[in-house]
Amino acid sequence: MTARLVFLGRLEDLAGAPERSVAPGPLEQVLAGLPRDLAVSLLEPNVRIALNGRLLTDSGGITLGAGDELAFLPPVSGG
Amino acid sequence: MLDVRLVDAPFDPADELTRFTARVPDAGGVVSFVGKVRADRGVEALDIRHYPPMTLPGFCALGETALRRWRLDGLLIVHRIGEMAPGAPIVLVAGGARHRREAFAATDFVMDHLKGESWLWKRERTAAGWRWIEPRAQDHADRARWG
Repeated sequence: MTARLVFLGRLEDLAGAPERSVAPGPLEQVLAGLPRDLAVSLLEPNVRIALNGRLLTDSGGITLGAGDELAFLPPVSGG
Repeated sequence: MLDVRLVDAPFDPADELTRFTARVPDAGGVVSFVGKVRADRGVEALDIRHYPPMTLPGFCALGETALRRWRLDGLLIVHRIGEMAPGAPIVLVAGGARHRREAFAATDFVMDHLKGESWLWKRERTAAGWRWIEPRAQDHADRARWG
């Protein structure tokens, strides 16, 4: 079973798809398997991260398990 | 009464308002705001994306906050997602209360927070193609009014 990365807003364009299946494991390892420019964009300080729908305050030490969904949320648009 | 919905198809604000008003029969006043896709700057379409695990729960939490802060008989939030044309309604917020000031304030409060804090991402299409819309400093200033 895999884990899932979800890309919102402009990150979807960079990733080329709204989501991507990845092998479970530590986040650093998951990001290392992505294209470098995408991984760099995902780690920008203004990109928030949510694990299974819950916003994380700190992206350090995350390990994705099978079936987990990790969403990358860039700044939301104003009106 | 709190009615919060995300809708992926066009909606008629007048119909929604009629139904909402009928559900708050004791309200002395109903205040509503309709936000529409601005028909300017060569915009051909607006696309609003959401993240289901967070967007609607966030709207509901905002509605609950407004209900705690003002004495309302009811609060309605209807927000479009998906692609829409200039002039199309994006959002309807309505508050019904015994007294008008509570309804005005709650509606204004909800709109200021919807604009800047919702988990929504918007892009617009012009002749040059699609472009993601970045946050506006004014949205932060609007929210700061509420302390």
